[in-house]
Amino acid sequence: MAADAHYMSVRQMSDALRARELSAVELADAHLRRIDAVDGSLGAYLARTPELARQQAAAADAALAKGDGGPLMGVPMQLKDNMATRGVVTTCASRMLETYVPPYDAAVTGALADAGAVLLGKGNMDEYAMGSSNETSAFKPVHNPWDLERVPGGSSGGPAAAVAAGLAPYALGSDTGGSIRQPAALCGVVGLKPTYGLVSRYGLIAFASSLDQIGPLTRTVEDAALVLNAIAGHDRRDSTSIGAPTPDYTRGLEDGVRGLRVGVVSELFGEGIDPEVARVTRDAIAQLEALGADVDWDVSLPTSRASLAVYYVLAPSECSANLARYDGVKYGYADQGERGLMAALEATRRDGFGAEVKRRILMGTYALSAGYYDAYYKKAQQVRTLIRREFDEAFERLDVLVTPTSPTVAFKLGEIVDPIVMHANDVCTVPANVAGLPGISVPCGFVDDLPVGMQLIGPHLSEATLLRTAHAYEQATGWHDVHPAL
Amino acid sequence: MSTNEQPGRLSAEEVRRVATLCHVGVSDDEVEQLRGEMAKLVAEVSVLQAIDTSAVEPTGHAVEGVHTVMRDDEPAEPMGLEDVLSNAPLREGDYFRVRAVME
Repeated sequence: MAADAHYMSVRQMSDALRARELSAVELADAHLRRIDAVDGSLGAYLARTPELARQQAAAADAALAKGDGGPLMGVPMQLKDNMATRGVVTTCASRMLETYVPPYDAAVTGALADAGAVLLGKGNMDEYAMGSSNETSAFKPVHNPWDLERVPGGSSGGPAAAVAAGLAPYALGSDTGGSIRQPAALCGVVGLKPTYGLVSRYGLIAFASSLDQIGPLTRTVEDAALVLNAIAGHDRRDSTSIGAPTPDYTRGLEDGVRGLRVGVVSELFGEGIDPEVARVTRDAIAQLEALGADVDWDVSLPTSRASLAVYYVLAPSECSANLARYDGVKYGYADQGERGLMAALEATRRDGFGAEVKRRILMGTYALSAGYYDAYYKKAQQVRTLIRREFDEAFERLDVLVTPTSPTVAFKLGEIVDPIVMHANDVCTVPANVAGLPGISVPCGFVDDLPVGMQLIGPHLSEATLLRTAHAYEQATGWHDVHPAL
Repeated sequence: MSTNEQPGRLSAEEVRRVATLCHVGVSDDEVEQLRGEMAKLVAEVSVLQAIDTSAVEPTGHAVEGVHTVMRDDEPAEPMGLEDVLSNAPLREGDYFRVRAVME
């Protein structure tokens, strides 16, 4: 097997498996060896599942020998550690769930298993997906493969670093306020947050239920389409799952961007955005224009600036309700020192949750408590309506909106300690969550040898358009062929 | 207004009230730290107050056609008892054991 097989795309691995140039077991073993060799310095994996991987790979080889299976058959992958895997510890990077072994599979776990995927292990993340740097993981931080002193972004820092460093050809992350797209940008990979409700949240450990969405992190845009094909679709176990039929997302990828109406969101190129990141992103948009897109360089979405405030009311509020379930009775960490029910409950939650999670639970509880509900929670939901309308109006005359994915390149571990400063990392990504829109981050160059991502946002269920646009840009530029030296 | 209220900080009573509501134990040191942090978080989201939302309906889920709905009531195989109890911190027979409610 070629020495750099770990940087083959999902499509290339799939073709090689089908041509019997390599076996799924060999491919899994090559990845497991690379994880052993490299992950000590990255921390992208929390749990590794070598036995399960070889078992699934052997089953895939048997299926491939019979000519069975689709493009994911026998291809390895990583799942963020907030997706339930039956029999495999699922921690959410929290002490609270350090020993939790789910008795069931998440919908996406099942869907990928059905497609013949091979699970390499579980991806490190910010605790309960609350963070933008992966530093709130209760177990260990993740290091950026491009510079080990820097963060990979978050909360899907493990998935992004794993894919960027060739420790998995693809991973699934979750995105509540940017947690797929921002780490994808900071690690130089593709990250897609689908339309809210397109991918089932069944078995995704809940953070903020009206915002959470699962999606792929990959090294190529085509791979993101292949993975989305396997996980999109209605699921009756998720009551907010969309009933809409799902197309083959790889169809039309090559159709180009001629005549595509692209809008540049001016508010997200100015204050608070690093000028070099803005410049590189503008260059990328100029490339889209050169490919035939019809670009409006000055689209104003004034209310979208309020998305950050809306998000930092809604997400903690929903988190405070969702995390009320951790009572130390049915599963999870339980304090053993206190004798009484209420004292044990308070001690369990005091010691089981980390500082960032507790801060958000308190903040959400405050916003939902008597006397504040109308001023914060209801107000944020009303502004959410205004933001949605603003996007709706923009999409009456535009197909795609473009912004930088992250206001800066990857920052240093420990550099940002103020929560408010950390929140500012989400300024470009939260609007899509607030409005339920799909967004994709695609690598678009480097600043100071660190990757920059361009974000494309489209109307609900426009994944095919976003993928086609990102693919056209990627194929014209080739940033996906540049890998970190690890 | 409580006695220890200061500009830029919530009162210690307010922090303790919220911590009690969500059953999160907090030490005196944590309360001191949270007084400032929570005030900053409240200030961060206060920009919303300046936006006119009169007669604007709130949005719960942002995608058309997504509503939290009741599914059809169809019989199905439930999760097995051992699976349900497999992660119980304290178990007694086929039951979850809880701590004393009355002290």
